[in-house]
Amino acid sequence: MNRIDARFHQLKQKGRPALVPYITAGYPSPDATVAVLHAAVEAGADLLELGMPFSDVMADGPVIQEACARALEQGTHLDEVLAMVAEFRRKDAHTPVILMGYTNPIERRGVARFVEEAAAAGVDGMLIVDCPADEAADLCAALADKDLHQIFLVAPTTTESRLERTAELAGGFVYYVSIKGVTGAATLDTDSLAPAVERIRARMDLPVAVGFGIRTPEQAAATARAADAVVIGSALVQRLGRCERVDEAVRTVHEFLAPIRQAMDNNAPSHDQKQTLSA
Amino acid sequence: MAEPARQIASDGSYPDAGGHFGVFGGKFVSETLMPALEELEAAWRKHLADPGFVARLDSDLAHFVGRPSPLYFAENLSDRAGGARIVLKREDLNHTGAHKINNTVGQALLARAMGKQRVIAETGAGQHGVATATVAARLGQECVVYMGSEDIRRQAVNVYRMKLLGAEVISVDAGSRTLKDALNEAMRDWVTNVDDTFYVLGTVAGPHPYPAMVRDFNAVVGREARGQMLEEYGRLPSALVACVGGGSNAMGLFHPFVEDRKVGMYGVEAAGRGLGGHEHAASLCAGRIGVLHGSRTYLLDDDAGQIRDTHSISAGLDYPGVGPEHAWLKDSGRAQYVGITDEEAMAAFHELTRREGIMPALESAHAVAYGMKLASELGADDIVLVNLSGRGDKDINTVAELEGIEF
Repeated sequence: MNRIDARFHQLKQKGRPALVPYITAGYPSPDATVAVLHAAVEAGADLLELGMPFSDVMADGPVIQEACARALEQGTHLDEVLAMVAEFRRKDAHTPVILMGYTNPIERRGVARFVEEAAAAGVDGMLIVDCPADEAADLCAALADKDLHQIFLVAPTTTESRLERTAELAGGFVYYVSIKGVTGAATLDTDSLAPAVERIRARMDLPVAVGFGIRTPEQAAATARAADAVVIGSALVQRLGRCERVDEAVRTVHEFLAPIRQAMDNNAPSHDQKQTLSA
Repeated sequence: MAEPARQIASDGSYPDAGGHFGVFGGKFVSETLMPALEELEAAWRKHLADPGFVARLDSDLAHFVGRPSPLYFAENLSDRAGGARIVLKREDLNHTGAHKINNTVGQALLARAMGKQRVIAETGAGQHGVATATVAARLGQECVVYMGSEDIRRQAVNVYRMKLLGAEVISVDAGSRTLKDALNEAMRDWVTNVDDTFYVLGTVAGPHPYPAMVRDFNAVVGREARGQMLEEYGRLPSALVACVGGGSNAMGLFHPFVEDRKVGMYGVEAAGRGLGGHEHAASLCAGRIGVLHGSRTYLLDDDAGQIRDTHSISAGLDYPGVGPEHAWLKDSGRAQYVGITDEEAMAAFHELTRREGIMPALESAHAVAYGMKLASELGADDIVLVNLSGRGDKDINTVAELEGIEF
């Protein structure tokens, strides 16, 4: 069973909402990444998103753009990212790792070859930002061949017909982009979240993760009341950028994620409520 | 009267419904942009079928842009080249000084028809930014132009023109600080403000429907030229020559001639300091197939798939990708793509200026340079039609700097 499916199955039984931090591989430095991933799990992360640096991150905001630029300057390309995942797997056999990135570096490597190498390294899914369902057939087939999931984005503006098309190809979970904009741009409006998540659930039988614009424990807790998983990206990456040493980066991850985890867990009554509602 | 725009809608054969030209094109964008692209495509098809919209577009092209632009037989330049006659399509005579306004007039009218009050654009040389700011001023639209800080330095005059026209020019400091980075930033703005904002993309690149839509708005160039050739010369040209950065002026000229199989087509890319190294912007001549800015096309990247910084003396050609339809014309063999170096383009700039009294944009000087080369290889019975896509006023500072002159 794919680790993503196993993890969500387990979380559902526990009634625990998933915390999914995103970090850019190689940022603030290549030697920090594996330590940061382990630290994130210790601080309460259930799944991990690892960004593959790209030179032209059209769908990301200034924080992740800067992180990618610095990671590239330090030579973090696909080989390095996969080596990081493989190293992470030596000590953690269960936490799912999802690669996030853009199409061109993958096509340059060759889609089938990259998917094979990623599977061997211990990757569980990929979210390729500039590869919507319309263009995803080749990548999806290659991923399915290795029992890896392709994670898709759904936006507030996604139409019903697009939702249907996405549902046909999506696996693992679906990532709801909670705001209009790029990563790290604005602040989430948690009130509009519940109906949006319900709209997705009506179309597909997959856990719904919510991301973009979540910065505080309160926002994470409010998001966890409506969705199955909470993605934290730019706010964490921004803090990592201020760290000069690996131990600082590890401490920063703990200090930032632990209160978020706690706030999400204190939600337990409302989470039960949600389950009652949807039952 | 300009050629009627009702012929503007493509014949439906290319691209396909998903925006593909063979394996090229498509919509490689974040899901957050997909509905906006679908809305744009629907509006484009709807309004171009509306006679009122088309009449307004025709009228603007005639009275505001100044179409049709003439053909000009460059006799002195032809003598210098020795061989075929060189005829120039004078897009430099358009309002704002380049072909870019053909597209912005169309897109700004479309924005208005869609009820979007704010228009944004990316610009390299500044010509597209000026053309967008110009139509926005006329239509009373709020206008924001993204421009790389390196291009702002190279094209200070155009930056000031945009500001005079009421546009806000936002400097982009990321990456190579040129056109590609301005395009990334404009896309980010669009995805954030999609409800009230129309993205006026300036070339035949980007996600569908932009490559087809920008081509169709610029195809007035080729339709006019084809008619003028038949009327004034009684024949079609032997070859078309146009510079290619993203490729909008070339596609506008080429498109109406695609079925005229005897007419050769030559797209001229910026070979910069030579195709041997990486200091050029020749994605079709020296690149490979990949995905950039929403479409699959030829591009310049390194072995890790990271997009390379490019170089050209001309800001408007300094772009690591190219419109997907050009990629398709290249692979199908219908068009040839060649490179002209900075040095060759500069020489052509001076030739045309001194021999004909026409100062070309540095972008267009690439086409002039190759046009002369090609003419010298052909016979006196041949005609080479060169698209003089823009005028050189904006480049005076760059030229002066190269010659060591300070004002």
